[in-house]
Amino acid sequence: MSPFEISFDGRPVSVVPGRTIAAALLSAGIRAWPSGTSSAGLYCGIGVCFGCQVTLNGRAGVRACLVEARAGDVVTSVPSRGAGS
Amino acid sequence: MTYELAVIGAGPAGLSAALAAADHGLSVALVDAGERPGGQYYRHPPAELGEAWSPSFVRLRERVTGHPRITHLAGHRVWMLEPGSCFTLHVLVGERDGRPDVVRADRLVLATGAHDRSLPFPGWDLPGVMTAGGAQALAKGALLAAGGRIVVAGSGPFLLPVATGLAELGAEVAGVYEANRPRLSLARALGRNLGKLAEAAGYASALLRRHIPYRTGHAVVAAHGERALEAVTVARLDRAWRPIDGSERVVECDAAAVGYGFTPQLELPLHLGCAVRTDGDGSLVVAVDAAQQTDVPGVWAAGETTGVGGAQLALIEGELAGLAAAGARPDRRLLGRRARLRRFAALLHELYPVPAGWAGWLGDDTVVCRCEGVTFGRLREAVEELGAGDPRTAKLLSRAGMGRCQGRVCGHATARLTAGLTGTAPDPTGLAHRPIAQPIRLGDLAEPPYEQL
Repeated sequence: MSPFEISFDGRPVSVVPGRTIAAALLSAGIRAWPSGTSSAGLYCGIGVCFGCQVTLNGRAGVRACLVEARAGDVVTSVPSRGAGS
Repeated sequence: MTYELAVIGAGPAGLSAALAAADHGLSVALVDAGERPGGQYYRHPPAELGEAWSPSFVRLRERVTGHPRITHLAGHRVWMLEPGSCFTLHVLVGERDGRPDVVRADRLVLATGAHDRSLPFPGWDLPGVMTAGGAQALAKGALLAAGGRIVVAGSGPFLLPVATGLAELGAEVAGVYEANRPRLSLARALGRNLGKLAEAAGYASALLRRHIPYRTGHAVVAAHGERALEAVTVARLDRAWRPIDGSERVVECDAAAVGYGFTPQLELPLHLGCAVRTDGDGSLVVAVDAAQQTDVPGVWAAGETTGVGGAQLALIEGELAGLAAAGARPDRRLLGRRARLRRFAALLHELYPVPAGWAGWLGDDTVVCRCEGVTFGRLREAVEELGAGDPRTAKLLSRAGMGRCQGRVCGHATARLTAGLTGTAPDPTGLAHRPIAQPIRLGDLAEPPYEQL
């Protein structure tokens, strides 16, 4: 299967099908993003630390490490503490 | 419908429990947060990316998913368990949507596994620092190395497959730093367990072949970088894990995979009121009898929730729990294998302790609670100036453990640091209770869109 695109904070990110949003961002060189927690970024990788939370297609509080990306997903980081969910 | 049994968790213990119970006639709901069965140990990529790495897992998965009496409920996160005439599992379906639903069952097997145990150190909140299990999850689930040049550090045999897995994906592993010095006594222990000996020898030869340095008695005591990880400081440790002056050196890397053993996920058993005990590694675990039954009628537990012991032990405990839940008698050989593997697990707990000297790696400005940004200085203030005498009070006064992860990441450290500051024994129960086991939206709580009880 060929790569598809998602949008992250307005910029296109190419995704290898089957990867989670967090894995897709990491492989695009994006290691961390504001997530509403103090220490943001991919840390536990298995849904425990909540450091990778994003807003996905308008739905806040989604752990990027748990959700497989789909073509056309609109992903936004949580701009400031408490504003996302 | 009401299932005769719900197994929560589809890792080695849960898969094995579901199969044993269904083979003995029970209708089973296998309820799992993951999209694919296997849990952390058998984590594998989706079909588009690759294959499951374990042939024995593939066989187990086929038997489970093809079983006429097992319903596999993937992507179902249990946020609350309600006892009654039967157990009601309140679930959220799918991380993407999180639709509320309920599953009902007469009996329960809890097989919720474990996550990495973290110790804080200066700079551990920099992007690029991950848990060892997190790096392993990316490697197994996405076939992706967490960085280009990676340091693996912490304590326990788990560091070895993490390091070799990253190297296989093409990452440069700058070094494996094991804080303990288990070599001699470990060799004696392995000599009595041929399967584990072969596994350890395989990792050792893989490290040698790839020229990956393996240093015991060393730890990553600080991480450095402007906006993301650029280097770590590695120091030699004394037996109490205090860094030895002058031994520090800087190792450049863009990722670090760090883990100090595992913390069992006990939200659900604690919520049900299951009796717990402190295991040899300091973890809070569910107390079970010879049949894996908890002290709550109709509830069994298996795998890491009853003591961290690895996948082979989890498979056996799961089978025993499934048999017991179905009212079947266990095979004596199974009991013997469980006893042997539990002895081995206890030995590993002895060989890879986490002595208190790591607290000396922290400065007052080192973050302890990643969610709330609570520093060691603020935790110290809560104890020394505000009078917190136990981890729970320290949490309430400092906010350590009050953020989104609810103390899953910093709970162990907060309990240990509070104990160190107050001169008391660590209390692993203080930050372990989470009556709501998964975050749920207020709207879903206020207006359950599912059928009322």
